[in-house]
Amino acid sequence: MSTAIEFKNVIKAFPKRGGGVQTVLDQVSFSIPAGKTTVIAGGSGQGKSVTLKLILGLMRADGGQIIVQGNDVTTIDGRALEELRTRFGVLFQGSALFDSLTVYENVALPLRERTKKGEKEIQDQVMSTLARLDLTGHENKYPAQLSGGMKKRVGLARALQLKPEIMLFDEPTTGLDPVMTQDIYHLFAETQAQEGFSSIIVSHDIPKVFNLADQVIILHEGKMDVFSSPEEIQWSAKEHIREFVLTTMGEIYQSHLVER
Amino acid sequence: MHRNPIERFGDTGLYALQDLGRMAIYLAKAIRGLFRRPFRFREVLRQIQFIGAGSLTVIICTAASTGMVLGLQGYYSLHKFGAEGMLGSAVSLTLIMELGPVLTALMVAGRAGSAMCAELGIMRISEQIDALDCMAIDPFRYLISPKFLAALLSVPLLTVIFDVVGIGGGYVAGVTLMGVNPGSYIEGMRSSVTNHDIQLGVIKSFVFGLLVVWICTGRGYFVKEIRGAGFGAESVGRATTQAVVLSSITVLVFDYLLTAVLL
Amino acid sequence: MKKNTLEMIVGLFMIAGLLAFGYLALQLGEVSFLSSSSKYILKAEFDNVSGVKKGAAVQIAGVVVGDVSKIELGKDELAVLSLQIDKGVKVPSDSIASVKSQGIIGDKYIQLSLGGAEKILAEGAVLTETESAIDIESLISKFAFGSAK
Repeated sequence: MSTAIEFKNVIKAFPKRGGGVQTVLDQVSFSIPAGKTTVIAGGSGQGKSVTLKLILGLMRADGGQIIVQGNDVTTIDGRALEELRTRFGVLFQGSALFDSLTVYENVALPLRERTKKGEKEIQDQVMSTLARLDLTGHENKYPAQLSGGMKKRVGLARALQLKPEIMLFDEPTTGLDPVMTQDIYHLFAETQAQEGFSSIIVSHDIPKVFNLADQVIILHEGKMDVFSSPEEIQWSAKEHIREFVLTTMGEIYQSHLVER
Repeated sequence: MHRNPIERFGDTGLYALQDLGRMAIYLAKAIRGLFRRPFRFREVLRQIQFIGAGSLTVIICTAASTGMVLGLQGYYSLHKFGAEGMLGSAVSLTLIMELGPVLTALMVAGRAGSAMCAELGIMRISEQIDALDCMAIDPFRYLISPKFLAALLSVPLLTVIFDVVGIGGGYVAGVTLMGVNPGSYIEGMRSSVTNHDIQLGVIKSFVFGLLVVWICTGRGYFVKEIRGAGFGAESVGRATTQAVVLSSITVLVFDYLLTAVLL
Repeated sequence: MKKNTLEMIVGLFMIAGLLAFGYLALQLGEVSFLSSSSKYILKAEFDNVSGVKKGAAVQIAGVVVGDVSKIELGKDELAVLSLQIDKGVKVPSDSIASVKSQGIIGDKYIQLSLGGAEKILAEGAVLTETESAIDIESLISKFAFGSAK
């Protein structure tokens, strides 16, 4: 099994207000397999988003190595990092659509800026992606006119344009109702099957992504635990994992067990 | 958390130093962004429309009233010495060398600078700037450098418009209302303004334009790094206030420095 | 149409700005590139030119006909002024150049009193009949001793 991303003894700390430092990642090592879905979970402030930003090179680690497809992001130069980033697709928490651009322009932006494709070709590709994500008819709307779920889908459409090898989803379901959440995850699985990318989902509610996950990583106080299946989490001997299971995923997890 | 005053003073010093360094690197990146391809010509036009054409009304109103006040004030002061003939010269020199560049920069900071700061601040907190980074689109080339170029073109043009409208205002107040001889107003102006004075005004307006766009967009871009600004919408508000205050003060300080060096 | 309006607004703004700049540059600034070719230089030697600045006006009968382009110290410790004078103005060889001031504290200027000689001074010629600056102290002393009315 090939590896898409590998963390080797990564350290990241932030200065705390009023002195001292808070270590968010303390010598964390793990690897993310290619073509699979990895869920990174943990309570708020446990470094989930930081992990994503480290992978993208938006933040620099204080120590260790982060190998993305054979390139060390911690030492890479600007130009190579730019090239590397074109292999990523990112769906941000708030979708991060550009307010001044229409849906169509948002989705077409990476193609216009990063490829030499003609306007006709761009139009074909954008319209087919929009159709696939059930967004036909909304292409001339502005992000402010869309619902949360639609914004997510537009964000996904935009992230897919450059045929990413790795998709990063930052809290993809915050602010969505349960039905919408189901739909979105369904969509993720579907597009992943079509495009064959590796995906990393950062989420604080793992239960909802159970069906998608091939691997679950739980971050807690700078340390992390890797589980190859959701069941493993349940039977973990570690105190904080049990606590995490009880507090954040109690009910749904129990119902999940009852079904079996 | 109790800390002694010395420690806090040191902290503030370190923060200021870091902030200055950050802003310097930001400026360098914004200038580099101007030379990166593809060049966003239409975005530059849009920004000129916003910063330049959009500020015309404010600039013309301010210039007309400033010019008229200068004309009136100048008349009363000069009248005491029987030197009303100097009015044109006094009004035009004051406008070209001082008030034109300074007031234009302050107006642009208040009107366009604050808007640019808020725009970038919101783009930062809603991760739109991160999104650009992730799509490997340089946010400087795409967003920030066009604003720099537009400001560097617009502010000097607004300044000369300010000068001319202000001189007209002075004419209305001095000649039309107070009865100064029109010939002596215009001739006095013509004989006393030198190319050097005009150059000084233009150099000032360039520098002020750069300062305003640099500080205002920079505050928005670094909205998360501003100490004590808080989070979310509140931080954008604070950053915007800071941008306008900081750029206005910097313009005034640089006005003195440039006058001292170039006069 | 939406696209065209943007360009038009920006274009109008640029034109307004450039017109204003043109007004400042052409009306108020010295338009040296237009006028320098139509002038010629005369030199004049003075004992004392205290108070005369570069750019000071040169007048004939109160009409400005040129300006002082250079001030230097010549031989015999005389001050030599280069006067830049309009081509159309003919200065006879026996003309007198004097340093005058506009009002008691005003700027100094050079007054040319034209003579009647046949010979006209050419480019670079030297005016030797000059009256130097009157310093204010001698003026005051004259006033104090009653020789001036």
